[in-house]
Amino acid sequence: MEKKKINIKILSFLKEKKEQIFNKESNYISAKESAKISRKNRKITNQIEKQRKRRNIPENEYITQMKNAENVVEFDNVHTYFFTDIGTVKAVDGVTFDVPYGKTVGVVGESGCGKSVTSLSLIQLVQRPQGQTVEGEIRFNSGEKVYNVVKTPERIMQTLRGNDITMIFQEPMTTLNPVFRIGAQVEEVLLLHNKDMTKEQAKEKTIALLELVGIANSERVYRNFPHELSGGMRQRVVIAMALACDPKLIIADEPTTALDVTIQAQILGLLSDIKGKINSSIMLITHDLGVIAEMADYVVVMYAGRVIEKGTAKEIFKNPAHPYTVGLMRSKPVVGRKVERLYNIPGNVPNPINMPNYCYFKDRCEKCIEACNGDYPPEFQLSETHFVSCYLYDPQLKEGESK
Amino acid sequence: MLKFIVKRLLISIVILFFVMLIVYTLMHSLPTSYVERMARELATKPGSQKSAAQWLVELNAQYGMDKGVIPGFFVWIGQAIKGNFGDSWYYSIPVVDEFNKVIWNSFYLGVAAFILEIFIAIPLGVVAAKKQYSVTDYSVTVVSLIGISLPTFFVATVLKLIFSVKLGWFEISGMRGRDFASLTEVQQFFDVASHFVMPIITLTVISIGGLMRYTRTNMLEVLNSDYIRTARAKGLPERKVINHHAFRNTLIPLVTIMGGSLPGLFAGALITETLFAIEGIGFASYHAMISGDIPFTMFYLSFMAILTLLGNLIADILYAVVDPRVRIN
Repeated sequence: MEKKKINIKILSFLKEKKEQIFNKESNYISAKESAKISRKNRKITNQIEKQRKRRNIPENEYITQMKNAENVVEFDNVHTYFFTDIGTVKAVDGVTFDVPYGKTVGVVGESGCGKSVTSLSLIQLVQRPQGQTVEGEIRFNSGEKVYNVVKTPERIMQTLRGNDITMIFQEPMTTLNPVFRIGAQVEEVLLLHNKDMTKEQAKEKTIALLELVGIANSERVYRNFPHELSGGMRQRVVIAMALACDPKLIIADEPTTALDVTIQAQILGLLSDIKGKINSSIMLITHDLGVIAEMADYVVVMYAGRVIEKGTAKEIFKNPAHPYTVGLMRSKPVVGRKVERLYNIPGNVPNPINMPNYCYFKDRCEKCIEACNGDYPPEFQLSETHFVSCYLYDPQLKEGESK
Repeated sequence: MLKFIVKRLLISIVILFFVMLIVYTLMHSLPTSYVERMARELATKPGSQKSAAQWLVELNAQYGMDKGVIPGFFVWIGQAIKGNFGDSWYYSIPVVDEFNKVIWNSFYLGVAAFILEIFIAIPLGVVAAKKQYSVTDYSVTVVSLIGISLPTFFVATVLKLIFSVKLGWFEISGMRGRDFASLTEVQQFFDVASHFVMPIITLTVISIGGLMRYTRTNMLEVLNSDYIRTARAKGLPERKVINHHAFRNTLIPLVTIMGGSLPGLFAGALITETLFAIEGIGFASYHAMISGDIPFTMFYLSFMAILTLLGNLIADILYAVVDPRVRIN
């Protein structure tokens, strides 16, 4: 008798679970639906690819003007989507921010918030044809011309990549090709972008670069293979490669994540040193607030593919406005402050497919107000440089309250 | 590196010894005994004085089968080291002569098919990987799957139907034309070559599928790796990314396969050779084996064992050539 009761209990529990799984707006879709989505996606991506692969794209389609001449890069309402078989993933959904000349802009946010995709959109290396920048402009000032990289044909992009815009990737153990010597890999960039450079000059420059990034026995490392170097050394080589052509902008995509703390400090020191030497801007992507605090002049906080707050480093660290930023700050351990348990933001990043049209952070937010149920909040300006997308700072609402 | 090669060669000798021992033991214990059959045949001949059992004892002594497995093996290996492989029982000429007569036909067939296979399958695999999920990719995949799935005799028959019966370009089988003897040397060469075209196509069609799939898979894996992204971020044109950065890495697993196919060049192709009536080693060794011809089979299998070991060694050396991570200093 007792046993039967338990059995029924278990059964009803299972049934409940099953219903939960199937009724929830879950990722589950039938094969038919998936095929339908896939067909639709192919139509969209084919059209975009066709547009991009035209021969002789007229220059006026991708040459534009900067809004502010002091910026090297302007992201303007950038949308980068991934057309997958279970739906469109809006990895970057309306991102707008600038990278000024000679400054470091830190982009922070938790994993999967679109930091890396934003940077890959800038050098147009998003996995194609699934990944496409469907809307918005990314303006890049190469000095002579201003390119809208979203529309720039591949042939022109190749002259920008590695030359004016370079990238340092996050995993130094795998970013170097294992079958080529270090020297050959660094030289390759130099020879590619400086047509009149001879082999000897390239070698000389390569060794100088290796010395610049703090590799002591550069002559020997020049002849080494990547597997003969440590992680920190490899990251230095990657940085040397990024510096080879005196770029206008270096994108550092979590350059220190895979390294231990002492090497981390060295690499960061190296980056800020070099930035001073060659006067380029850095777009530093990380989820380490400590790194941002040390390096960045401006900070952009991203959440679920959108910029939720941006401002100078001082503003963001002194008075973070968005509840998410506040949460991020609180979940960072501070030396000398005693807490029982480190704070964590409840919940997870929402599913990027079929995002609702309200503040994406609403479900995790502790300071929700009524207005949060409305549309996605617009940007509110707190100071000349400080912007936040949160209804808590809506001047109209504030007026209403004070009345 | 030299030390490594010497060490490998020494190990290979030991392995070879045991391989030959096993083969000899197996051949010895085969239910088909050439000697027994001979004895029975001789006993049933008109005017035979002895019974089958008596013949058997006599023939066993004559063919050296009376010593037992292990001593017999040592007699064989003692002679083999001196380069004396004896006479083939089935073909009743020296083993080496018979081997020499047939091996080259198979070798040319194998080499031509192998070269074609490499030059067709690898580029196709690379293209399929480069344009993954495109029409090109799917058609290459389908064609290669058809190649893998079709049996040799079917491909051969279809080829014969199209090219010999309908079009009349090549002769249906055989190695030489009817007027072979009256041709000049150059014409003779082309005559034989034209007879080899269809067997080579058959062998190529059935073998490209596997290598192509293998290349495609490896290329895809390499193309998704971080260093390819780095190469693209350097601003390299896509052609160079694929042909230089990606292909060098794809070669690493491919080399292992190619080293392993060295014995395959000499192994012959029984079905194809039979279908096109080509006197190759596949055909010859098959008949030697089913009739229990120990000297020929022993020679052939030891030769294959040596080639297999050599192929592995070559694969290892090539591996070190293409992959700096396994180089031994």
